[in-house]
Amino acid sequence: MLPKDQLTIVLREKFPEGFIEITEFRDMLTIHIRGEHVLKLLRTLKTDPRFAFNFLSGITAVDHLEMEGHARFSVVYHLLNQHEARRIVVRAWVHEEEPRLPSAYPLWKTADWQEREVYDLFGVEFTDHPDLMRIMNPDYFEYHPLRKDYPLQGRGERDNFKVVKRSIGSKWPSEKGFE
Amino acid sequence: MGVDRSGKVGWLTTTVDALVNWGRKNSLWPMPFGTACCGIEFMSVLASRHDIARFGAEAIRFSPRQSDLLIVAGRVPIKLMPVLTRIYEQMPEPKWVISMGACASSGGVFDTYSVIQGIDNFIPVDVYLPGCPPRPEAILDGLILIQKLIEKDSLHHYKVPQGEGAT
Ligand code: SF4
Repeated sequence: MLPKDQLTIVLREKFPEGFIEITEFRDMLTIHIRGEHVLKLLRTLKTDPRFAFNFLSGITAVDHLEMEGHARFSVVYHLLNQHEARRIVVRAWVHEEEPRLPSAYPLWKTADWQEREVYDLFGVEFTDHPDLMRIMNPDYFEYHPLRKDYPLQGRGERDNFKVVKRSIGSKWPSEKGFE
Repeated sequence: MGVDRSGKVGWLTTTVDALVNWGRKNSLWPMPFGTACCGIEFMSVLASRHDIARFGAEAIRFSPRQSDLLIVAGRVPIKLMPVLTRIYEQMPEPKWVISMGACASSGGVFDTYSVIQGIDNFIPVDVYLPGCPPRPEAILDGLILIQKLIEKDSLHHYKVPQGEGAT
């Protein structure tokens, strides 16, 4: 694959509006891009024979709540080229006001559940997703718990559960215990 | 309990309570609600080394309607608590509950929004087993405690409540 400098030139030409930068950490390249352009970039990475990243190994997200200087959420795609055993990371930045970006479902069917998970836990929406609903939390759940401003112990999700009391039957002897 | 040793025909006297309790305590049918690692530990109690059959509780029922001892083994997420409550309500009286392990009893290390911080917030519990997971011996000990509880039981306790809302 192209080295970092050339890749930067190629991508900047191809995506003049969306492309932000490329960073490198321990030989792993990360392409930073604005959220609305991510589908075009993923399509290029998948179909262009210079890249040929044919496998989407994961989608996740990060909430950069108190970090200045960029959008609040980044959705992270891990791609794998299975023929050459090479990996690359795509980081798509989305703003808090409108956390929305195009779904990768047209390219990889596996994006279906992974995007549902990101939606469930971070509240990032994917347009044109076939069936965007919660995957792990119950349907009545109102929050997106992996957001950094959600308290660890929750907001009383279990307060309205039914409490069953023992109406009849045996109880432990209260004063003396056994024997 | 009295035994007649004089005549040729043997007979004994007892109370109905003692007879019923003796039957109940030696034929507990557990309903295992194993949701995590404690459930794996519970399986070893059934196997030959620890052999819960020695205490008459080897008839594991996965239907709440056929069981009288609910063993909650593992952490219970918020999505599962309504299910557990429903299972408890489906069990016929008399019924007893063992909360097995730190997670079922208190939430354990999972002090988070998605895990119930002790099932006793929502259903009554008779015996708590500490440990992560409890040793099989502790499970047997809990079972014996339940048997002792049953010994103290009386049929008077099962008077169906009368009045408004009683069924
Ligand atoms: S108490 Fe320990 S062994 Fe039992 S379910 Fe919790 S973490 Fe697993």
